[in-house]
Amino acid sequence: MSIATVEKPTAAEPPRRSITNQRNASDKRFRAVVTSGAMFAFVVLALIAGFLLFRGYEVFREFGFGFLTSSTWDSGTGESLQGASYGVAAMLVGSIIVALMAMIIALPFVIGTSLFLEYYIGKKIRAVLVSILDLMAAIPSIIYGLWGYLVLMPHAAGWASTINKYFGWIPIFKVDVKNFDASPFISALVLGLMIIPIASSVTREVYSRAPQDQISAAYALGGSRWGALKAVVLPFGRSGLIGGMLLGLGRALGETVAVLLTLNLVFKVKFQVLASAGGNVASLIASRFGEAGPSEIKALMAAGLVLFTLTLLVNFGASIIVSRSAKVSQ
Amino acid sequence: MENDDINLVVNATNTNAVTGGNVLDEGRVGTNGLQTKGIHVWFGKHHVLEDISLDFPANSVTGLIGPSGCGKSTFLRVLNRMHEFIPGAAMAGEVFLDGEEIYGPKVDVTAMRLKVGMVFQKPNPFPSMTIAENVLAGLKLANIKVQDKDSLLEECLTRAGLWKEVKDRLKLSGSSLSGGQQQRLCIARALAVKPKVLLMDEPCSALDPASTLKVEETIVQLSADMTIVVVTHNMQQAARVSDFCAFFLSDGGPGQVVEADRTAVIFSSPSDQRTADYVQGRFG
Ligand SMILES: Nc1ncnc2c1ncn2[C@@H]1O[C@H](COP(=O)(O)OP(=O)(O)O)[C@@H](O)[C@H]1O
Ligand SMILES: [Mg+2]
Repeated sequence: MSIATVEKPTAAEPPRRSITNQRNASDKRFRAVVTSGAMFAFVVLALIAGFLLFRGYEVFREFGFGFLTSSTWDSGTGESLQGASYGVAAMLVGSIIVALMAMIIALPFVIGTSLFLEYYIGKKIRAVLVSILDLMAAIPSIIYGLWGYLVLMPHAAGWASTINKYFGWIPIFKVDVKNFDASPFISALVLGLMIIPIASSVTREVYSRAPQDQISAAYALGGSRWGALKAVVLPFGRSGLIGGMLLGLGRALGETVAVLLTLNLVFKVKFQVLASAGGNVASLIASRFGEAGPSEIKALMAAGLVLFTLTLLVNFGASIIVSRSAKVSQ
Repeated sequence: MENDDINLVVNATNTNAVTGGNVLDEGRVGTNGLQTKGIHVWFGKHHVLEDISLDFPANSVTGLIGPSGCGKSTFLRVLNRMHEFIPGAAMAGEVFLDGEEIYGPKVDVTAMRLKVGMVFQKPNPFPSMTIAENVLAGLKLANIKVQDKDSLLEECLTRAGLWKEVKDRLKLSGSSLSGGQQQRLCIARALAVKPKVLLMDEPCSALDPASTLKVEETIVQLSADMTIVVVTHNMQQAARVSDFCAFFLSDGGPGQVVEADRTAVIFSSPSDQRTADYVQGRFG
């Protein structure tokens, strides 16, 4: 037998072969399961959005953009939207303020907890503390709320008063009336505590994967432990920290019951975080839903849609930031 | 004397000193360079190194050779106390840098590591830093202030043989370089804190031949004013760059130094048959 030489194609290129692939039965079945599972999640998400839009649609038609910019919440006769006046500006601003403050309060604790667990204690104690941390993440928010209301608030009101005394010249620490209970500050403390476990859990996981050879390099250069952490672990773990914090932000934005117990809802846009007045979309819905008439129900649905959109936007932004900073720390 | 007869010692001043008995020259302790006396290392119960006494004269290159697993890397780590990060590791013995014990009770380990730099087997630049920041990272880690960072940067990169290749992209990430360039960047980084001793653990094992030659040139040049200890599996490399060689071997038990002498002696007329077999590639 001889080997035939392959002739070079002269004029037309031969047609390219398409990829053919016979899937076997179990592959097909698995594919179907996975696909339908994924589709189901998307369908549910779309249905929720559709439901909120359907129920809240009239409100947006009636009040337009004013629903986002006004802060009055008046159900009028209660039967129809005519004569009523709804706007979520105060609640929306309040939600964002409380969530952001919670993040600021939680951040140093999250970094500290994660570094401590991963780099300052032995394996055995770490295992114990990590499971306690995971347990804390599983505590229902009503518990945090009750604890915040009964235990934390009496003390925290005192701290707020002290902050006000020394830093009252900063606009956000001013108060008009010296009542420091149920303020955005106290709510944010509770939320901050609530998100530390979940955010630390994610962050610690990423910190633990920091490359050992770079840590060795930092030590070999005469670095202290803190120096090595700063040079290697913190930059490496930045995407994890951002991811963990945004997971916490998602929880803080949507948190209902803990805020309901610790925040005095007031329909007025306020930036005085120590004062006993704030806003929160989720708590608004929970607090009004029980006794709302037909028109107010529609307004609450519209408020739900606003919250839903806000959370989606935050998560969307989060994934962009995480993927960007993950690239940087490669 | 606590050293037994297999621990032979490199000695710069007395080239014929290596035969049979103990040759650690008492006169050398307290002078420049690095000396070890009776080093043992254990990982848990596993006795890894036994009674290593070696003398690394200032401004010389010493190659540590021997089959893998005989404890060369471990010994190198003991020289700047990097083994202390390995859980379960313990050592006995003494290490002197310019006559001072680096394991002494009053020694600041981080300050000591500034004097005894290290280059690792796998290049490990900091990926979050630029090339320039990488070189100067040691200064930042140790809080050392320098007047003229730019000239230090150029000096270190030049000595590491990398300046020409990177001078136009100092602001790029350290991980944008090739493997060979990254290793020279790591050498430049180690040089920036002006160490007296440079420990290198198989610095060329992950590099291509051209980069290897560059790093070897760098080693020879650096030894003009630096004490260098380099682990290598490459006999030609040991012959090319080192002034002295120590042959490590473990025959199942803890690793020991079979023979240590001028490189020329180790390669041409070693006194131990096992050394001759190893350098001629007959085992290991
Ligand atoms: N981190 C460690 N934990 C336990 N044993 C180790 C560790 N590192 C090295 N060893 C053991 O110590 C011995 C010497 O290893 P090493 O110093 O890496 O040898 P070499 O560098 O000569 O190849 C080997 O038997 C190895 O199994
Ligand atoms: Mg090794």
